[in-house]
Amino acid sequence: MERRIRVLVAKPGLDGHDRGAKIVARALRDAGMEVIYTGLHQTAEMIVETAIQEDVDVVGLSLLSGAHMTLFIDVTKLLKEKGMEDVLVVGGGIIPEEDAPKLKKAGVAGVFGPGTHCGDIVDFIKKNVKR
Amino acid sequence: MKDISSKVLEGDPRAIARLITLAENNDPVAASAMKDIHPHTGHAHVIGITGVMGSGKSTLISELTRVYRKQGKKVGIVAIDPTSPFSGGALLGDRIRMMELAMDEGVFIRSLGTRGMLGGLASAVYDVVEIFDASGKDVIFVETVGVGQAEVDIIKIADTTLVVMVPGLGDSIQTLKAGIMEIADIYVVNKADREGVEQTMAEVQSLVDISCSDKARKIPILQTVSKEKKGIVELVDEIEKHKKLLEKTKKFEAHRRIRYEAELVEIIRKRLMNLVFDESKFKDKVESLIDKISCKEVDPYTAADEILGKILK
Repeated sequence: MERRIRVLVAKPGLDGHDRGAKIVARALRDAGMEVIYTGLHQTAEMIVETAIQEDVDVVGLSLLSGAHMTLFIDVTKLLKEKGMEDVLVVGGGIIPEEDAPKLKKAGVAGVFGPGTHCGDIVDFIKKNVKR
Repeated sequence: MKDISSKVLEGDPRAIARLITLAENNDPVAASAMKDIHPHTGHAHVIGITGVMGSGKSTLISELTRVYRKQGKKVGIVAIDPTSPFSGGALLGDRIRMMELAMDEGVFIRSLGTRGMLGGLASAVYDVVEIFDASGKDVIFVETVGVGQAEVDIIKIADTTLVVMVPGLGDSIQTLKAGIMEIADIYVVNKADREGVEQTMAEVQSLVDISCSDKARKIPILQTVSKEKKGIVELVDEIEKHKKLLEKTKKFEAHRRIRYEAELVEIIRKRLMNLVFDESKFKDKVESLIDKISCKEVDPYTAADEILGKILK
């Protein structure tokens, strides 16, 4: 059996900055993961539907507009509704430090702000992937 | 796991998605579920889409799917992108061009990495087609990786093969004479609003004129502009015409037979490779033979005889 970690990298909401998401996607690929990248302007429903069809182990969310407290949590709620608690959710972008604990409580297991090393994200995923 | 196969037959998206993963990972559970679903396959029309990088395959599939959805047909899409030979990872980005389909329950999209397969396909693609077919999809699109000249395995799996080209390749069409230019059931010149479309049409036409001499059917060449939805309905008509021709001439069965042969060969290949390189009883033997080949104690052919002899014993 040859398992490979599958990750969905998604940009919820309306901000159009995906440089960070693309760099992380590439770093995960170089760490041997299969990364599905879906482009900009995704709704929580689209992200969860894609996560189902692609049967991913991890959903990585990137957001720079400040709407993370709404949109990240919409995704974790919807995943739970669909019975997909075994999917690891991580998030990154411009996220104030005080928001991180609240996000973690809502099911975003890892929160990575500006300055994070790609290697740290890779390690976190490898260590915490649930399946 | 009777459970997963019966859920796949009901069209349950999570079961479909999970079974595909198991098949990709060569999990024994997949083999048993695939056995259960096989009697329920054979209904879907498999359409292969191939062409050079950037020719617009994903966008074209997205537009074709919208037409089929208006006809009430259920659609499965397999989009294949290359796996890195170094890291084993892959960046699967075909969905970016299919965003409009994301919330349509009648469409199931799955991205696959090639995971070491050559020929433009992924090893699990046969399984995915069977799974989509059994789950009630009427039309299945298989999108190959962006191809060069020799990635022609798509014809082993598709009932109808579309080769997508774009204007501006210039003389390079000449170099494509062999390989992918021989496998089309329909040629598509996409991005036909671009400069040089007349020249591309003429070049493809001349190829068709030469290669069609011994065939009953003249291969059609269609122009599309996916982004403006031009030529899409006409292309679907042409695909359906080809399907009817296959049915009338009993070629459908012949196509299916080719696919099953390719699938069987792939399963045997995977199992044999697994036996030789992964199973503990042979692995040490194989390693030591490679060492012996390196220091010229044994030659590769003798080593192969020895390994195969042990397996076939």
